[in-house]
Order: sequence, then C-alpha cells, then structure tokens
Amino acid sequence: MKDEVTIGIFGVQGDVEENIAATQEALRHMKVRGTVELVRYSEEIEKIDSLILPGGESTAISTLATIQGGGTLQTIKRLVSNGMPVMGTCAGMIMLSRRAYDRVIGETKQQLMGSLDIVVERNAFGRQNDSFEADLEIPAFGKNTFRGIFIRSPIVREIGKGVDKIAEFNNKIVAVKQQNIIGTAFHPELSGDDRLHRYFISMVLDFKKNQQKS
Amino acid sequence: MTISLVATELDPKGIKFTNVENTHIVRGTTLVKRGFAHMQKHGVIMDVTNVEQSLIAEDAGAVAVMVLDKLPYDVRKAGGVARTASIKVISDIMDAITIPIMAKCRIGHVSEAKVLESAGVDMIDESEVLTPADEERHIWKWDYTTPFVNGAKNLAEALRRIEEGCAMIRTKGEPGTGNVAEAVTHIKIVNNEIRRIRSIYQDQDNQELIKLARDLKVSFSLVEETARLGRLPVVNFAAGGVSTPADAAFLMNLGCDGVFVGSGIFKANDAAQRARAIVLATTYFDNIKVVVEAQKMVDEKKSMLGLDTKNLELKMQERGPST
Repeated sequence: MKDEVTIGIFGVQGDVEENIAATQEALRHMKVRGTVELVRYSEEIEKIDSLILPGGESTAISTLATIQGGGTLQTIKRLVSNGMPVMGTCAGMIMLSRRAYDRVIGETKQQLMGSLDIVVERNAFGRQNDSFEADLEIPAFGKNTFRGIFIRSPIVREIGKGVDKIAEFNNKIVAVKQQNIIGTAFHPELSGDDRLHRYFISMVLDFKKNQQKS
Repeated sequence: MTISLVATELDPKGIKFTNVENTHIVRGTTLVKRGFAHMQKHGVIMDVTNVEQSLIAEDAGAVAVMVLDKLPYDVRKAGGVARTASIKVISDIMDAITIPIMAKCRIGHVSEAKVLESAGVDMIDESEVLTPADEERHIWKWDYTTPFVNGAKNLAEALRRIEEGCAMIRTKGEPGTGNVAEAVTHIKIVNNEIRRIRSIYQDQDNQELIKLARDLKVSFSLVEETARLGRLPVVNFAAGGVSTPADAAFLMNLGCDGVFVGSGIFKANDAAQRARAIVLATTYFDNIKVVVEAQKMVDEKKSMLGLDTKNLELKMQERGPST
C-alpha cells in the first residue's frame, strides 16, 4: 500500500469540480492512494494535508473566506505558514499573494493572505475577449509544452527572494513556487494535462514523508 | 466535472489566432468561452444599472454584474421597447470595478451584440428581458469572441442555444416579478428531461435517443453529450424572481451552478445587506444554519413586493423565436 494523502479543494466559489477531477486524475495516474475533499469550513481545512485554491472570482472568494466558515482565510494562512502544501490557480494565486492590484482600477480592498511573496497584477492581459490558450514551456516538465489556459488572467509582476519561477510566457512570470506554495496564473485544471497537479501531489508526498520523520 | 467541448460549428468565426511576440495564441475558443462561465460557478451575478449599484455588488461578493438600462421590474412598468444599456454606463462601470461585466442585448440583434463585444464586456446575455429584435432567429454566437449566456425554459431551448454557440445557460423564470415559482418550474422541467435522456443513454437505446434529438430539434451529438454527462454541457445558472437568501438557496438545492439576481436586490430597501446575504446563501445553500444567518440579515418588510405571475400582461419568458 502506498502513501495516503488528503487533498482539500477550497470550494466556496469557482471551478471547484474541475480541480477535484484534475486532482483525482493525477492521483490515479501516479497510483497514489488519496482522497480529494471539497472543503469550505475552517474545521474541514484543519483536517487535510494540503489544499488547492481553485480559479474563480478572487474578490468573491476572499469576501466569502473572510465573512463565513469561521474566517477560513486566517485558518488557511496559519496552516500555510506552518508548512501545509498549497496550490493556487488564477484567483487562488491572487489570494495567496502579498499584494495584488488591478490593471485598470489599481489597488483594491480585497483581503489577501500574503503567504506568497509576490506582487500580482490582476486582469493583466485584459478582459475576457483577451483570454487565450497558448503553449507554455515549463522547464521542470521537460520538452513537451503545457497548454496554458488564461482566463482574465493575472501575471506575477514581482517576486521575493525565496520565490522560484516555474513558468514564463513572453517574459512574464505565470507560475511560481515558494517552498510549500505553488501559484499559477493559468488554469492547469482545464488543460486536460495533469502534470502540474502531479507535481503538486509529489510535493505533498515529500511533505508527509518529512513530517513522519520528525 | 470537466469542460464539455462538443461544438456544432466546425470553423467558428469567433476564434482568433494571433501572434504575440512570436508566440501563437488563440482567443475565443470553446474552452476559453465556456471556461469563463465555469469560473462563475457557485456565485451570484447581479443586475445593475449604474456605477453605484456595481460597487455595492462587488463589495457584497458578486462574481459578476449584468448591466441593463432598467431593472426587469422597471422594464415591465415602463412598457415600450427595452434596448441594450448605454455604452457610457457600461464603460463607466468597467472603470469602477474589477469583477466581470456582462450586458444584455436584444434577442437576434447582431449589431447590439457586436457593439457590446467591441465595448469589451466579458459576456453578452441575449435576453428576453429586452424586446426581441428578430422573431425568426437567435444570434449565431459562434461568430463572436465574447461568450454568450442565453435563457431556456426546457431542455430543447437550452440545447438549441448551445447549438447556436452560447457558453452558458440560465434557466428562465419570470423576470422582475420577485416570484421564484416560474424559475423552479423550469429548472425541474430541465432536470426531468435530462434524467429521461440519461436513462435512455444508459440503456444504450440509440434509436430512441436519435428520435428524441429530432423531437428536440437539435443535433444528436449534443443530445448524446448531455445524456452522457447527466447535466447540461455548459454551466447553468438559475434566474428570475430571486428576492431573498432562501430563494437563492432553494434554487441551488435544485442543482443549479449559481444564480442571477435581477430586480430582487436593487428593488429592495436593503440592497447592500441583501446582496451579501444572497451571496452567502448561494455558497452555503446546503447548510441551513448559514441560510438562517443570511435570512436574518434581511428584513421581509424591505423585500420587493413582487407580482403574481398568473395575471401578467407581459410574459417575458415566452418572447423571441420559438425554435
């Protein structure tokens, strides 16, 4: 029997089911025994090994995470600072970031976790008509490109010292990693390619292994 | 659930291939358009007519706003012809909020739709709340890079709109009435029809499925895809008559992916509070404690009075082409 992991998908708003499906697919593919759970309350989040923050509307998600479910935003922030692996796609990355501003509107009142030391520009490519698909080169995945689905997508404008770039698109940073945190501007859950979800699961397995050692 | 990509147009004009700094990118694909709708799931889209209401909606946690010239209730009261909103209002709202902005165009009005596309709205609603401009045809939505949402009161309507290229469905209610009864009826009709084709699909009775596709007047591939998925192949929101948090929770419990709120918020006397309460009840619809909490945030004395749907002079849900 292989390692068992529990991956939570933060399910207040957005493409929650798509992330559940992509994570389950990645687990099957890796032959890892694990469960994927939709989580919306602090009590539920305390019980999982790792968390994925899906895409959606970051303003709506952070409003909900602040006012309901026992202040889930603070719970996630605390667990992430204790080392829980977390992956945020699009809106999820915005919520994890230190600072986010909108391309047109500028600064917003949006609550952020500040766990990931990056500055994000929201809607950086423009509105929905400028949403697009493109092949991305992700060095960690070798030669085969990764289909990037960018929907009203943000980009990473600045990164702190401890942050690594995972992917760039036309010299713009679109995916990053900082210890236990992954953030992507695009939607790996929609590309039909589970490599990024597998990458995240490997990170969770390593984390569990280290946890058991100590 | 992943995104269904069954498309009925082989070479949609709305798909744009471009080169940005020597990189190939493609916009307006079925995945990008339907994907946008998928990002709205579990959320509330609120009808607004100006910047002030848009700010309230964003602050309350709406996933998007829908811009109209008049709220459906006022369209009903005003009579006359209801058209798309002023571009000035739309662009002022674009400069004020960060969430997506949708706007309504008249059914079949390809030029209003092109105007909205070029104004840069994130989604176009080809809506029966406005006065239909073409009694024969809906817009062929594959021609646009901007995704569309359409209304439907049964499976046939929903699949025909999807066949025309819409990226999202809203099950119709009776707009501007403050009464959810019609929305409930239509959601149940769609659910029951899907249950039926699903069981035919599971019995592998292709002949019956083809016969059904003919009855529904849509392509077999779309009927088969719906039957396989056991749900509409695009995101489906409830709409029409939502006034209270409990209304929103009720519609979510019937299996919708989210809700549109029209007059229910800004025709009430406690709009800001009510907007937030409806957002809460939509997300936590299956937790009665949260729905109670949300319901406590609103005062029934401040709800819009509403209209009896039996004696309406104008039934908006029945407007537009019949096929």
